[in-house]
Amino acid sequence: MSILVFAEHDNSTLKAETLKTVAAAQAIGDDITLLVAGHNCQAVADAAVKVNGVSKVLLADNAAYEHQLAENVSLLVTELASDYEHIIATALSTGKNFMPRVAALLDVTQISDIIGVESSDTFVRPIYAGNAIATVQSLDSKKVITVRSTAFDAVATDGNAELVALDSVTDAGTSSHVSDELTVSERPDLGAAGVVISGGRGMQNGDNFKLLEGVADKLGAAIGASRAAVDAGFVPNDMQVGQTGKIVAPDLYIAVGISGAIQHLAGMKDSKIIVAINKDPEAPIFQVADYGIVADLFDALPELEGKL
Amino acid sequence: MKVLVPIKRVIDYNVKARVKPDNSDVDLANVKMAINPFCEIAVEEAVRLKEAGTATEIIVVSIGDKSCQEQLRTALALGADRAIQIEADTNLDSLNIAKLLQKVVEEEAPQLVILGKQAIDSDNNQTGQMLGALTGMAQGTFASEVKVEGDKVNVTREIDGGLQTVALNLPAIVTTDLRLNEPRYASLPNIMKAKRKPLAVKPAADFGIDLTARTKLLKVTPPADRQAGIVVETVDELIEKLKNEAKVIS
Repeated sequence: MSILVFAEHDNSTLKAETLKTVAAAQAIGDDITLLVAGHNCQAVADAAVKVNGVSKVLLADNAAYEHQLAENVSLLVTELASDYEHIIATALSTGKNFMPRVAALLDVTQISDIIGVESSDTFVRPIYAGNAIATVQSLDSKKVITVRSTAFDAVATDGNAELVALDSVTDAGTSSHVSDELTVSERPDLGAAGVVISGGRGMQNGDNFKLLEGVADKLGAAIGASRAAVDAGFVPNDMQVGQTGKIVAPDLYIAVGISGAIQHLAGMKDSKIIVAINKDPEAPIFQVADYGIVADLFDALPELEGKL
Repeated sequence: MKVLVPIKRVIDYNVKARVKPDNSDVDLANVKMAINPFCEIAVEEAVRLKEAGTATEIIVVSIGDKSCQEQLRTALALGADRAIQIEADTNLDSLNIAKLLQKVVEEEAPQLVILGKQAIDSDNNQTGQMLGALTGMAQGTFASEVKVEGDKVNVTREIDGGLQTVALNLPAIVTTDLRLNEPRYASLPNIMKAKRKPLAVKPAADFGIDLTARTKLLKVTPPADRQAGIVVETVDELIEKLKNEAKVIS
């Protein structure tokens, strides 16, 4: 069973989520190839050859792939697909963007966001914001899959795979990159952080998110937000945790001033320990929290920061 | 230019889906249904393009049984000009949906197709991208800003680390994210007017596409229940529990 896994990276670093996606691939089969598509991304390839369970790394290093435009990357992956039964990417913004194009070009459907592998053609995935878990069998000859990485444990990185450089270039010529506006943060990435502290509508405004920063600094935590906080314009959307935002599963998740709408729970309820700080004792977040405090967050946060 | 907006009828986002006792699927009997929130944002964006003089005609299309006409009428009330219902099973795979939409694109030749990034029932996030591949169009997914300039459209996209702007040749595909706009409410006069706008019904069989299912739903189960924990009285007690009981901080 040969499997092609698409590596998520930013041309300099291999994203930790890829190690979890490789673990999902291992649950399907053991002949795993990792594809690194980007530009000036040799460092990523060097990291990729060390990923355990990977026998071969394909490096497509070309300006056409620099920003991983869906039109170009999907053509590349489709061209490579004939050698593989399974084509797998992480359900992050790059994989979610280009993979359905690959599926359509191969005339197969895609199984999105899997959280479990039952067999080589049967997968488990959440639907309805995680309020139901579906077991789905793919009837297509090739399987195109995206993986919710939080559901799998990362593989180690002491492997030694063969590195093969690809020289064919696929450029659809229909799109171009204009600019990036990336959030610069000293904090860990939301998807990879061991501790996440998130604020909701109860934060009242964007300035008050500074109260979370103090606690986050003490815990080495990433900072997230509920959709309500994003919709209210307190913080940017890339901080959103939930059904349509980021899915996180840290060791510790602290929900501050978040009522616990189902759309938010969908993004964090697989966290190991959940703490809720909310002044409303009836807030649904307390139904999923391991530890709750009924308190005004403007009192509790400074106290927490001071005592940690 | 013509804008095509495919929309989906789904469970209302305020309703919590429940699994049927026989684990065959989610129980949608007597559940409030609505236009998928991201599709509503797509309709709103098209209407704004028309108000700005960029779009000339907005066509909404939905694939499903007769009940989806309700959502098509809603879209007409929001400002779409005409609607197409493709009569089919409600549970088609995304690829088959995209193939039907491809036929509509060939027939209508829109310059822009705006879709929701995902439906909140199946949570697939596939149809727009698949339609892009089938039609050869470029795509701007997860859009937070759409600017048509000449024969190109600039789309600002919500990505993991922030925002990315891409320039796409027209015709192109856009899929909407939450912050693209805030949809309006339909006014009563517009709801009345929508009843008289054209709504064409076309059987899926007429499109000559093999709609055989590509997936089989084996079972649907409720998620593992998370037990509610305890309420602590003080911050000190919380820190003590996290250190000594949960052992997640040191």
